[in-house]
Amino acid sequence: MSILFKGRPQGAYSSKIGMLQRINMFFVSHVRQALGSLGELWRAPLASLMTVGVLGLSITLPSTFYILVKNAESIAENWQQASEITLFLRKGTQSKDANQLVTRLGLWSEIDSVTYIPADQGLIEFQQQSGLGEALNYLDENPLPDVILVNPTSQNTSPLAAKQLLDKLNRERHVEVGKLDIKWLERLHGFLSIAKELIYAVALLLFLAVVLIIGNTIRLNILSRRDEILVMKLVGATDGFIHRPFMYTGMWYGLLGGLMAWFAVILLLWWMGGSIDALTAQYDKNFDLTGLDLTSLLVMLGVSIFLGLAGSMISVQKHVRSIEPK
Amino acid sequence: MIKFEQVSKTYPGGQQALRKVSFHVEPGEMAFLTGHSGAGKSTLLKLISIMERPTVGRVLINGHDLNTIHRRQIAYIRRDIGMIFQSHQLLLDKTVFDNVALPLVIEGYSHKETTKRVHAALEMVGLRDKIRSFPLMLSGGEQQRVGIARAVVNKPPLLLADEPTGNLDPKLSMEIIRLFEDFNQAGVSVFIATHDLGLIARMKYRSLTLKQGQMITDGLSEEWDNEETKEYDF
Repeated sequence: MSILFKGRPQGAYSSKIGMLQRINMFFVSHVRQALGSLGELWRAPLASLMTVGVLGLSITLPSTFYILVKNAESIAENWQQASEITLFLRKGTQSKDANQLVTRLGLWSEIDSVTYIPADQGLIEFQQQSGLGEALNYLDENPLPDVILVNPTSQNTSPLAAKQLLDKLNRERHVEVGKLDIKWLERLHGFLSIAKELIYAVALLLFLAVVLIIGNTIRLNILSRRDEILVMKLVGATDGFIHRPFMYTGMWYGLLGGLMAWFAVILLLWWMGGSIDALTAQYDKNFDLTGLDLTSLLVMLGVSIFLGLAGSMISVQKHVRSIEPK
Repeated sequence: MIKFEQVSKTYPGGQQALRKVSFHVEPGEMAFLTGHSGAGKSTLLKLISIMERPTVGRVLINGHDLNTIHRRQIAYIRRDIGMIFQSHQLLLDKTVFDNVALPLVIEGYSHKETTKRVHAALEMVGLRDKIRSFPLMLSGGEQQRVGIARAVVNKPPLLLADEPTGNLDPKLSMEIIRLFEDFNQAGVSVFIATHDLGLIARMKYRSLTLKQGQMITDGLSEEWDNEETKEYDF
């Protein structure tokens, strides 16, 4: 309804059309503006492609790193689960006491399974594996202690929890010393978290750059259509109406840039696939790169569309307002 | 319809464009605003379309004080005012149809309704056959008429024109004025700023004259023509 003239219908919204048609018109007008913006991009293919390229490549880098670290983490998780604690029992522990200890440990909630290796059995295994064979027969007595292998439950495999469990086990009377090779795990974790933080920082900087680039591109767009904006303001266009085509342009940049980044990541991982396979083969693992699924595609597109919209939003807020008919 | 109450406008820098201007254009009236270049005509029109705000005083349209209109409401105010410019302000890369349809697109009319109204508006200004042309393919008079069609396409109750005949010869100018008369007959209030005294001297319309920002005459153009022209030597 008109502000100045009571009863004067203003716009289609107050003329004689139904609710359904009104909603319909809303979408029609949005689709019209969205396609219009896409058409604008299409008419200047080289300039659009360069902007999309900058956006796409800026998102590719952090995405690729992210997927690699994600995979490294999942491998590390597998290793963690295999972590076991070796308990060397005191010399002279009776096998009755050792068996009792094994039974008791089996009841601990932190412990998944316990394996008891008596000194004799240990010696036999050592003979077989070490290749020293007969030489060991010349020993007066068995130098090996009784050994208990402890597998923590999956909740207690993290470096910290496993260490706590180890301390607890060390306090057992018959335990001479417990060993958990935890150092390398801690190092791996440290390395991964540094890598992750680095990726976040790089991603943040690149995303910021993308927002600025889109903002600047949209600014040039706005300035080149200055006359049109003036005329639209003169005939009563709201700021929102004038903003929309530019917002859609930002959205298209984001969408196309995201798709480009997706393909670039696929290409990169395919290219690196050979060396990744060679590396994982050394660990006897059947390993497939994860992360290139629908979810990550949607996340990447979401992020890049968000960046495109953010850039154009900043630009239109600032520059459309400054264009006023004089 | 348009009411000025002791309106003054001083631009930043101290240039005083209007001094204590008061007048009232009645609903359904057709009036002219005249004066030298720089007398304040454009400033006065800008105050009506809220391109500028008065320094002192009130501007009212249909009883509504424009000082109370928020920045975000300006767009809706302009939908009630059909504006016509000397430089016609057409979009050169859009067809006549798209230019005239712009206010309707902005207001969200359906394609069918838009087409109907654009055809009607172009029919009124006699340019039905130019609907697919681009502005640069038209003559000056035709471009001005496209501008007029755009101004009236959403049937505003008030028409403002800033030097609508500025670039046209007397015959074409007369045609344009006749068009405004037609709209005025249909009940639209029309307010035209012009320095083309020869044009309005031939018609009996109310005429407001500005000189150095002050309203010096307000009366029928015929009387004004006899009494004032020689005195002020336009």
